[in-house]
Amino acid sequence: MSAPLTLLDRLWSMHEVLRREDGSALLWVDRHLVHEGSHHAFARLAERGLPVAEPGLTFAVVDHYAPTRRAGPIADPAIARMIETLRGNAARHGVRLFDLDDPDQGIVHVVGPEQGLTLPGLLITCGDSHTSTHGAFGALAFGIGATEVAHVLATQTIWQRKPRAMRITVDGTLPLGVSAKDIALNWIARFGADGAQGHAVEYAGSAIRNLSMEGRMTLCNLTIEGGGRMGMVAPDEVSFAYLRDRPQAPRGNDWTRALDNWQALASDADARFDRDVVLSAEEIAPIVTWGTSPEQALPIDASVPIPETLPPAKAQAARAALDYMGLVPGRPLAGTPVDQVFIGSCTNGRIEDLRAAAAVLAGRKARVPGLVSPGSARVKAQAEQEGLDRVFTEAGLDWVASGCSMCVGMNGDLVAAGKRCASSTNRNFRGRQGKGARTHLMSPAMVAAAAVTGTLCDVRPLLKGRPV
Amino acid sequence: MAGWSEQRGKAVLLAMANIDTDQLIPARFMSTPRAQGYGRFLLHDVRRTSEGTLDPAFPLNAHPDACILVVGRNFGSGSSREAAVYALVDAGIRVVVAPSFGDIFAGNAVNNGLLPAQVTETDAELLTKALSSGPAQGSADLASRLLSIAGVSVPFQLDEVWRTKLLNGWDDIDLTRQHAADIAAYRARLVSEPGRFPFDRAS
Repeated sequence: MSAPLTLLDRLWSMHEVLRREDGSALLWVDRHLVHEGSHHAFARLAERGLPVAEPGLTFAVVDHYAPTRRAGPIADPAIARMIETLRGNAARHGVRLFDLDDPDQGIVHVVGPEQGLTLPGLLITCGDSHTSTHGAFGALAFGIGATEVAHVLATQTIWQRKPRAMRITVDGTLPLGVSAKDIALNWIARFGADGAQGHAVEYAGSAIRNLSMEGRMTLCNLTIEGGGRMGMVAPDEVSFAYLRDRPQAPRGNDWTRALDNWQALASDADARFDRDVVLSAEEIAPIVTWGTSPEQALPIDASVPIPETLPPAKAQAARAALDYMGLVPGRPLAGTPVDQVFIGSCTNGRIEDLRAAAAVLAGRKARVPGLVSPGSARVKAQAEQEGLDRVFTEAGLDWVASGCSMCVGMNGDLVAAGKRCASSTNRNFRGRQGKGARTHLMSPAMVAAAAVTGTLCDVRPLLKGRPV
Repeated sequence: MAGWSEQRGKAVLLAMANIDTDQLIPARFMSTPRAQGYGRFLLHDVRRTSEGTLDPAFPLNAHPDACILVVGRNFGSGSSREAAVYALVDAGIRVVVAPSFGDIFAGNAVNNGLLPAQVTETDAELLTKALSSGPAQGSADLASRLLSIAGVSVPFQLDEVWRTKLLNGWDDIDLTRQHAADIAAYRARLVSEPGRFPFDRAS
């Protein structure tokens, strides 16, 4: 009998072109996604006069620098140049480009699954750390740097050492008002922002099975914030239902054959993991970050930590973070006034995220300004069909076009220095949303609650008697 | 990229954990072509006061000739931006010493000749103590996997594949193109597998 295998083992061996004696493997890349940041890699290709090896497996998306207000020409010449450079590189190499005016444009990690480019069993790379998102479909997906992007462009392969396998099992039922975002921030707070370093994380358990694809994508997306380069969920009926009839998914006989292959993509019941942890869904509460690392997170009913009471290794970082964030140790987190809100990003910019935020905002007014940027033009169109855009605009929030927007601020959507933003994004790093900006990460429903009250607050009372 | 076996130079302490790549280089500088140099962007906002002037108390401002950085855990976490490595390398840094590194950052570092030298928490504390009164001379040796900083010698961990790469300064693209036949054979097998090519490219 052969040794039991993990999902990681199966995906890895499927893609090995060859393995060197030193253990490093040359892996075939099924889909290579590129965005404006690929300019370094294309420049390297040009220096060497090399073509793109597989233009048919390479897809370019305008997202990081995409203006979210599309009327008129782009005012900032540096931003216009970044987008022009991507257009030029895509055209030169015959690569499909999802440009600003494309009805299928959006954030690369929203577009891939939406188009059916992301499928179970594929190996997907992109020069963006949140590529882990695509693992939600049972794909092997990870972010790479510019040198590696150039290598994939030139050869459609990548050299990698196999990471160790970690399993996070979440059993039970998530309480009302608690989402995939809270699961992720919960484990990152517990195990640290480097808790999964060197590991690929497989999510399992009944609470994960009960998540929609959107929720699974949020969870896999945030795996990198806990140090894991890859997150994954074994594909099941939920994944297949999501993918069926997507533009680039297999059809007819190919669909049936693909399903047969995909159903085998799971860890064996007796597979061994290098790390194996179990969490209880019932114990997870809506969570917000208070510091400048995603590990600095607490349930909304907690108080701002008192650095002196923390272990010495964490105390100094907490002091510096609280100073940057302008928070007073010992005060309740709830009630902290916010200056603005942001809903969007590859973490929480999908239709389900917008529905969750709209369920809180419907019939209410936002006390602070805010931006809602859907994850893709398709998500935007669907939200408008469902009337969600009116919920946001009637509440007083701005409804804009899709892109990475205020998650990273490259397109000019910035939080001003010293301003506090309740944000559905992935990084509360210093300066991430703008120089001196203070970011609190939380779920889209929690951001909506912050908009309604003008403060960090528990969304659960605001959901009473509402359809969710 | 040239290979190397030993680095010698000034070692500087940045006693901070979780220095992410957004801090190493803020996003607003990333549209700059590499030829213009990225060294001036390194830790751009961290090394300045809120008024925007260089903070004389920040170690790298007083010691722009640093070659070795000793830092806290989880260095280079976050965004995959290789620009973070460009900023370090262009500022003259050749070795970063930490108890742990972001996975993507560490790979990017090696691809640019920068050594991510991983040391134990205990050894990191020894080095931190040794540098707490100010910078000192240091060295990193790939053959013996040893660091010597301010008279303190400690081993560092480095994947064998990465050590070979730093020693030789190999370019992976050239290496991989030698395996063109294996790659073509693998690709030929894919054609019959449903889903491996996008629908509109599947034959």
